[in-house]
Amino acid sequence: MADSGSEDIAVIGNTDLTPSESENNLKNTMAEKGTSLLKMMEISVAEAEKRTGKNAVNMQETYTVYLIETRPVDAASEGTNPVPDSLWRRYSEFELLRNYLLVTYPFLVVPPLPEKRAEFVWHKLSADNMDPDFVERRRVGLENFLLRVASHPDLSSDKIFYSFLTEENGWKETVFETGFQAKADSRLKALNATFRVKNPDKRFAEMKHYGDELQSVISQLLRVRARAADRLYGVYKVHGNYGRVFSEWSAIEKEMGDGLQSAGHHMDAYAASVDDILEEEEHYADQLKEYLFYADALRAVCRKHELTQYELEMAAQDLTSKKQQREELATGMIRTFSLKGMTSKLFGQETPEQREAKLKMLETQIEEGEELVKERNAECEEFVKSAWVDIERFKEQKDHDLREALISYAIMQISMCKKGIQVWNNAKECFSKM
Amino acid sequence: MSAGTPRSLASSGQRALQDISHPLSAEESALSRSPDVLNPNSAGERDLILANGTPVDTSSPASSSSLLNRLQLDDDLDGETRDLFVTVDDPKKHVSTMETYITYRVCTKTTRTEFDLPEYSVRRRYQDFDWLRNKLEESQPTHLIPPLPEKFVVKGVVDRFSEEFVETRRKALDKFLKRVADHPVLSFNEHFNAFLSAKDLNKRQGLALLTKMGESVKYVTVGYKLRARPLEFAAMGEYLDVFTQKLGTIDRIAQRIIKEQSEFLIELREYGPVYSSWSSFEEDLHDPLEGVSGCVSNCSSALEELTEDMSEDFLPVLREYGLYIESMKNVLKKRDQVQAEYETKLEAVVFREDKKSPVSSDVEKCQDRVECFNADLKADWDRWQNNKRQDFRQLLTGMADRNIQYYEKCLAAWESLIPLLQDKQDTKGETN
Repeated sequence: MADSGSEDIAVIGNTDLTPSESENNLKNTMAEKGTSLLKMMEISVAEAEKRTGKNAVNMQETYTVYLIETRPVDAASEGTNPVPDSLWRRYSEFELLRNYLLVTYPFLVVPPLPEKRAEFVWHKLSADNMDPDFVERRRVGLENFLLRVASHPDLSSDKIFYSFLTEENGWKETVFETGFQAKADSRLKALNATFRVKNPDKRFAEMKHYGDELQSVISQLLRVRARAADRLYGVYKVHGNYGRVFSEWSAIEKEMGDGLQSAGHHMDAYAASVDDILEEEEHYADQLKEYLFYADALRAVCRKHELTQYELEMAAQDLTSKKQQREELATGMIRTFSLKGMTSKLFGQETPEQREAKLKMLETQIEEGEELVKERNAECEEFVKSAWVDIERFKEQKDHDLREALISYAIMQISMCKKGIQVWNNAKECFSKM
Repeated sequence: MSAGTPRSLASSGQRALQDISHPLSAEESALSRSPDVLNPNSAGERDLILANGTPVDTSSPASSSSLLNRLQLDDDLDGETRDLFVTVDDPKKHVSTMETYITYRVCTKTTRTEFDLPEYSVRRRYQDFDWLRNKLEESQPTHLIPPLPEKFVVKGVVDRFSEEFVETRRKALDKFLKRVADHPVLSFNEHFNAFLSAKDLNKRQGLALLTKMGESVKYVTVGYKLRARPLEFAAMGEYLDVFTQKLGTIDRIAQRIIKEQSEFLIELREYGPVYSSWSSFEEDLHDPLEGVSGCVSNCSSALEELTEDMSEDFLPVLREYGLYIESMKNVLKKRDQVQAEYETKLEAVVFREDKKSPVSSDVEKCQDRVECFNADLKADWDRWQNNKRQDFRQLLTGMADRNIQYYEKCLAAWESLIPLLQDKQDTKGETN
């Protein structure tokens, strides 16, 4: 067996792993990735609280804040358990952090935030952002986000990230001071533009396609799963009606009464058990959602590559055309159609001085252009190299995480089946005593 | 008690019944009771007359009085030593120019001397069962006749020749005959005998038709108003009313569950394949995703089986009990009528007491009818309660079993998936 970490040993042979246990396994995996940050500190999003205050347009609003706790690693292992450092952040600050990371590291697949609004809900699940269950799941999602960033080989050493975890006041200003927003424009351009790249890197094109497909299939999966959850809820709850009618029926029976009554209780228990079952399944849905949003991040990297490539190609194209112009000017041969060429044909050629000036200008432009192309080329190569490393890292992470998610899903299903068998066996015993 | 004892009104007739100690009482101890507890008058053959004038068939050994003698010789009638076994199986479609219909094979094995042969195998159609039931109701009006499955099905809505429908019907017909065969009185009925043994039932039916009066002869004497139903029969009536209600509720719940499960199944059938299409563009995850897809598919099949079984086995039995209850209610009503007639006639006689005319034999006969009816009914009631208890124990245990089987199938599917999902670690180790 490959030495891929302790979490596998915990899962194999032990199908009674609860979702929270498998969540811990995921955290352990990330911790073991051995980033310097996680070697230093433990990070968690411990609590969530409601606050009210005035917003930017001076209106009252209610929002939720999350408590980020950090604790030095050694202290915990020494067993002294000191009070952790903590600060409160709201969702919009997490968003700001992520945007900063996206812009600053366009070649990295930046971990996604939990969803802004509840999607793929089935009827018992609230779509309300203030609903305590939603807030709780968001808390978990935010913690996951921080751990993902903290376990990334490159992102974990970012200073802004560090101060997000440690500096409550003035962090926002620090972020804006980096001037990342200027770069944000080019990122937006990348995401929204429709340009054609002549020689796209095949690998990136395939990756983008993969991202599209992944996003589509996970969306579909989440949609159908939510509908199925609704139906399953119905099946279990209707069985509760048996509880009531058996109880009423037992009242008119002599010998059959006890058996019926007790069986009825088991039917009630069966009906009630679906709430826990579906809550656990939401955990699985959240794991899928993370990768739904990860797919988006992946596509963003591919799009950024395209933009970089495009800009290189534009620069190269521009250089080529300038060189051509120079040649034409130098040899007097007009190879390509140009307005200048036509007008000079019609109205006579320019003076030698004019030509000289033009040639000189072109030379300068060509020099600059060559520099630009060299620059862009280097950029492109750098981008491709860094991005591809991260994409490979991401692929491995994705394969591992999704596999773990499927395993914990199977374990969930096994637990549900075992509970079902137990309840019906109990009921059967009561029936046989009727 | 002798015939000279003044008869009181039927409402206190219970005492007389208890003294009689009906031989068909379901209590085990009844069989060991000595015959001298019996009212000597009921030991003789009485002329019991139906309202339409035809005599009740008391010449057969099945009449309540002489049955006593048989019981003392027979072993425990509750099923340990049965001497009559009946089954209904092998449905076949018959196509003629006039119609298409299904016949069922009815097999009988018996040691009873009432039958010429020890074994019979005849083919009967639903019509024949219906004929039998009508004859039984006619000739054994004081007894509860088991119900038949519904006669009419709306053509075009239900496929009368579909496998499920035929099988459901066959089971109900089998149940019907078994219940008749197990009944200590009904099983000795000559029409039942003919049904089981006659090569050409139509001839017998034809003969019977001549004497038959109307659709089904109702042993109901109309026009007599009952003062009060005796307590124990009133209690039966109340029980039946509540029981009907509860059965109806259970039926509705079962239907609703089937519906919800069917909707769930529809979603599952869409859910599984999504994993499959996902696996088509994954490398490492291809096998795990395919595995999940297969698993969901297995669970879907298991669920489909569960809903089908519940539909075919559970619901029909519930409905049949509804019919059974209706039959029982009708018997109670008939009993009321008989008692009402007796009370009315008795009052008339008492009213004329001053004339010192002897108690008319008509009133005596009425009283006998009441007493016999009450005795038969009580015995049938106890038997019915017993059977009901067994039937529902079986039915509900069956329901539990099917659900257990469903979960076990799903469990097996998911458990077998786990090693497949964890397999990556092994292969990775090898390739490394």
